[in-house]
Amino acid sequence: MKNYEKLIFEVSKAGRTACSLPACDVPEPDASSMIPEAMRQSGEVELPEVSEVDVVRHYTLLSNKNYGVDTGFYPLGSCTMKYNPKINEDMAALPGFTGMHPYQPAGTAQGSLQLMYELGEMLSEIGGMAQFSLQPAAGAHGELAGLMIMKAYHASRGEQKRNKIIVPDSAHGTNPASAAVAGFEIIEIKSDEKGAVDIESLKAVLSDETAGLMLTNPSTLGLFEKNIKEIADLVHEAGGLLYYDGANMNAIMGMARPGDMGFDVVHFNLHKTFSTPHGGGGPGSGPVGVARQLVEFLPVPVIEKAGDQYVLNYDKPKSIGKVKSFYGNFGVMVKAYAYILTMGAEGLTKASKMAVLNANYIKEKLKQHYYLPIDEVCKHEFVLGGLGEDLHEVSTLDVAKRLLDYGYHPPTIYFPLIVHSAIMIEPTETESLETLDRFIDVMIKIAQEARENPELLKSAPHHTPVRRLDEVKAARTPVLKWEQ
Amino acid sequence: MKTIEGLFYSKDHEWVRVEGSKAYVGITDYAQHALGDIVYVELPEAGASMKQDETFGSVESVKAASDMILPVSGTITEVNDAVTEDPALVNQDAFENWMLIVEMSDPTELEHLMNAVAYKEFCGEEA
Amino acid sequence: MFPYIPNGPQDEKQMLDSIGIQSADQLFEDIPAEVRLGRKLNLGGGMSELELARHIIAMAGKNKNTDELVCFLGAGAYDHYIPSVIKHITSRSEFYTAYTPYQPEISQGTLQVIFEYQTMIANLTGMDASNASMYDGATACAEAAIMACESTKRKSVIVSKTVHPETRKVLKTYMGFQGIEVVEIDFADGVTDLEKLKAAASAATAGIIVQNPNFLGILEDVAEIEKIVHENKSMFIVSVSDPISLGIIKNPGEYGADIVVGDGQAFGNPMNYGGPYLGFMAATAKMMRKLPGRIVGQTTDIDGKRAFVLTLQAREQHIRREKATSNICSNQALNAMTAAIYLTTLGKKGLREVAQQCTAKAHYAYNEILKTGGFKPVFDKPFFKEFAVKGTLPAGKVNSALLGQGILGGFDLSTAYPGLENALLFCVTEKRTKAEIDSLASILGDIKEGK
Repeated sequence: MKNYEKLIFEVSKAGRTACSLPACDVPEPDASSMIPEAMRQSGEVELPEVSEVDVVRHYTLLSNKNYGVDTGFYPLGSCTMKYNPKINEDMAALPGFTGMHPYQPAGTAQGSLQLMYELGEMLSEIGGMAQFSLQPAAGAHGELAGLMIMKAYHASRGEQKRNKIIVPDSAHGTNPASAAVAGFEIIEIKSDEKGAVDIESLKAVLSDETAGLMLTNPSTLGLFEKNIKEIADLVHEAGGLLYYDGANMNAIMGMARPGDMGFDVVHFNLHKTFSTPHGGGGPGSGPVGVARQLVEFLPVPVIEKAGDQYVLNYDKPKSIGKVKSFYGNFGVMVKAYAYILTMGAEGLTKASKMAVLNANYIKEKLKQHYYLPIDEVCKHEFVLGGLGEDLHEVSTLDVAKRLLDYGYHPPTIYFPLIVHSAIMIEPTETESLETLDRFIDVMIKIAQEARENPELLKSAPHHTPVRRLDEVKAARTPVLKWEQ
Repeated sequence: MKTIEGLFYSKDHEWVRVEGSKAYVGITDYAQHALGDIVYVELPEAGASMKQDETFGSVESVKAASDMILPVSGTITEVNDAVTEDPALVNQDAFENWMLIVEMSDPTELEHLMNAVAYKEFCGEEA
Repeated sequence: MFPYIPNGPQDEKQMLDSIGIQSADQLFEDIPAEVRLGRKLNLGGGMSELELARHIIAMAGKNKNTDELVCFLGAGAYDHYIPSVIKHITSRSEFYTAYTPYQPEISQGTLQVIFEYQTMIANLTGMDASNASMYDGATACAEAAIMACESTKRKSVIVSKTVHPETRKVLKTYMGFQGIEVVEIDFADGVTDLEKLKAAASAATAGIIVQNPNFLGILEDVAEIEKIVHENKSMFIVSVSDPISLGIIKNPGEYGADIVVGDGQAFGNPMNYGGPYLGFMAATAKMMRKLPGRIVGQTTDIDGKRAFVLTLQAREQHIRREKATSNICSNQALNAMTAAIYLTTLGKKGLREVAQQCTAKAHYAYNEILKTGGFKPVFDKPFFKEFAVKGTLPAGKVNSALLGQGILGGFDLSTAYPGLENALLFCVTEKRTKAEIDSLASILGDIKEGK
């Protein structure tokens, strides 16, 4: 089965179809009387011609060559690959939601609007922020919206010269990229040996041109930024704002809130912290939340409650405008809303505690077998520095590929950039002790294999549908579509 | 790591070979090695006038990308289409496979560049 | 106690012992007291699955959805029939619970589906290369404008006012923050005013954006626009907000587009109150390496077997950081997959048939509405499946009357175009029956008569 190798175009056979439409019940005039010849398609679009059975088999066989959270353990650091509850999928698929046109009168969309309003309120409570907008479609999109809000805020105070965003060298690549798209200049500062913000480096770059600092807390090394109050004070004293990348929020729900730490702008990833599935790359949802003084800059429309009615308010003169069509990835919001209601305050806090306990448990068990650059209590994830120096001929990549043979999705590798040969492990709270133990055993076994039979790792994986790919060939002579 | 005597080197890992007022510019062996298998080279069109330290193109490998910075000001008289068509050439011999030729407008700029010995030392520090 | 947290008190104790601590709280002692919450979140207790389902089903029940209402509303979100196979395939959790395919050896399912999606989008748009999707049509358009500025080194874009208002708003936001000028061009008789376009095009114009069919449902004079764009050495950006149209009208590649963007919702994605949809983006080979976002390419594995992999990654944020072509990371992969399954299910004949039925039914509706005598055409131009008509009452009033009869009426054009008072943009898809159309016309006729 895993040897299925056909493209749908190669399954195609002229004349087959998988669709059945009712006959057209209105008179069909000659096409040219409706659409002039010059504007009509000359040939046929090259699309597959297959039966319904072909469609179902093709995609089912392809699904067998995939690996999801439902397949097995997925300790992909920074991505929070927790279990995606099934009831949430059912709720999001209710026709009462999916069948809603975005331009329906608000009076006919009260259920959807109420859900969005309440989700916004819940996120505000979890984050300690004044208000959220659910419009951004993904984490990076939330960053972009948040940075635009920061820029608009400074401009409204006549401080257009504040055009520099400070980003630590441990940050996710989206941070500097989003700041660039929002029209900022980026200043990268070095982190200290533990991946925390180096206070002196920060002080050195703060100025009257500082727009703000972007931070992930816990950091991308999985460590809580202990000096967060001092950092916040320094940035605020310099007239800047503090941006919170919520990628690692799963570590601290109910324990600490970005708003209380002094962050002015926050984005959350509903597809990480709030259990909505990643979909093989998307759709996500990246709500952006702000402190009181930035509320008026949020994207329009803002969902408000007027009496007992929910409305879409576009009348926000200081708003940055729209960052996406309509109101965001509504279907994703339903799942996050369902998740928060299921977990409740207690459940969310428990989730963070167990995510952190699981991570520390694995860390303690693996540190004798792998290089652990920072040996202290971690939050929901931790970073190993490969197998250590005596085994330099076997790389982090080899370890990751060997994990595939044992049926695991590998951790995030070679990130953060500040740890050499990084292996970033995030187990999440939805994995049992037995799963963690099995994974630990396999990791230890791989470390042994690296000593005894390095070739086994270097040529891994051996048991996957395909083996290591020629990525150089793919990029040198790109083939991006099928051609006969 | 290979260097060639008689060339000029920049801190951005470009080399310059001078022939009269013409300067051949390429990336160093150290740079190609650091990038790994080069999959794409982007070069400007001939005819453009550019200043020292301006970005004139980029080289990409599968997992990295690097801008190329012009070590000397002048007019670009020729670009090497062979490397854009087959970027692997740069991995094979980074000094043979130049990127472009500049008609220098200010040859005194060469004084700010390094010789082979200094460049070797510079790379040692960077590593 | 919590179904998604398997470890109970026994497991917890075992793990704590192994680490050598007494309580999980000790793992949070590094959080300074001054920033600790110190109270319970004010979210209330957890719900059981049954309670949750009751609660949310009741909430959905407060909506009036398009199963209950007969939908003649389009304007960028379209009520097409979604074949049953789609949900059966997209709900396979091997697909939807996977992350971005960074480990190609165990992600060939997602990768091959995206490769097939790219092929279909390239074929539909007549372009050489497609990316793996963007957030939606509007953000794809903004990204295309940035691409045009990057590759022409110019800092201004022209957009026709017949481009979707949401797209223009998003474009304005993105461009504003990048210091790129946006020049809007008026329309004349429902299409981009070519004289004004010619006058506005300048040496600063990086790209010219038109939508086809345009927001008013009308087919633009793309041949003339193409000449103006390319004589000006600008990029021709075509936005396709109704991709079903590509089953019947000329593809943008045929008329000289450099970048094609659009929204793929109509390809099998429910309207879902505005999202998730997918933005598609395709370009000529020359622009391939400037495309934002993920791209899947074909290669071989070490055994020589055909395989697929994320490629040209050096463009992207995780490598280029602030110099990346875009900040996009997560995209709309599952929606792109939905689009690919939809197009596979319909096939070349099915897509043509859907497009033809839409055209025929829209033209039938147009004629029936005009026959009532209460509505006049707003423009006199060829259209695809949406058309504008004008009555004597404000569109909001007409729509309220329609809603009272269970019909979701047309888009009120005065909200986006001052000057188009009393004008409605109706949309007719293949889902609408003759009886539903006749009923719409009949109610509209009654409204005219003041019943």
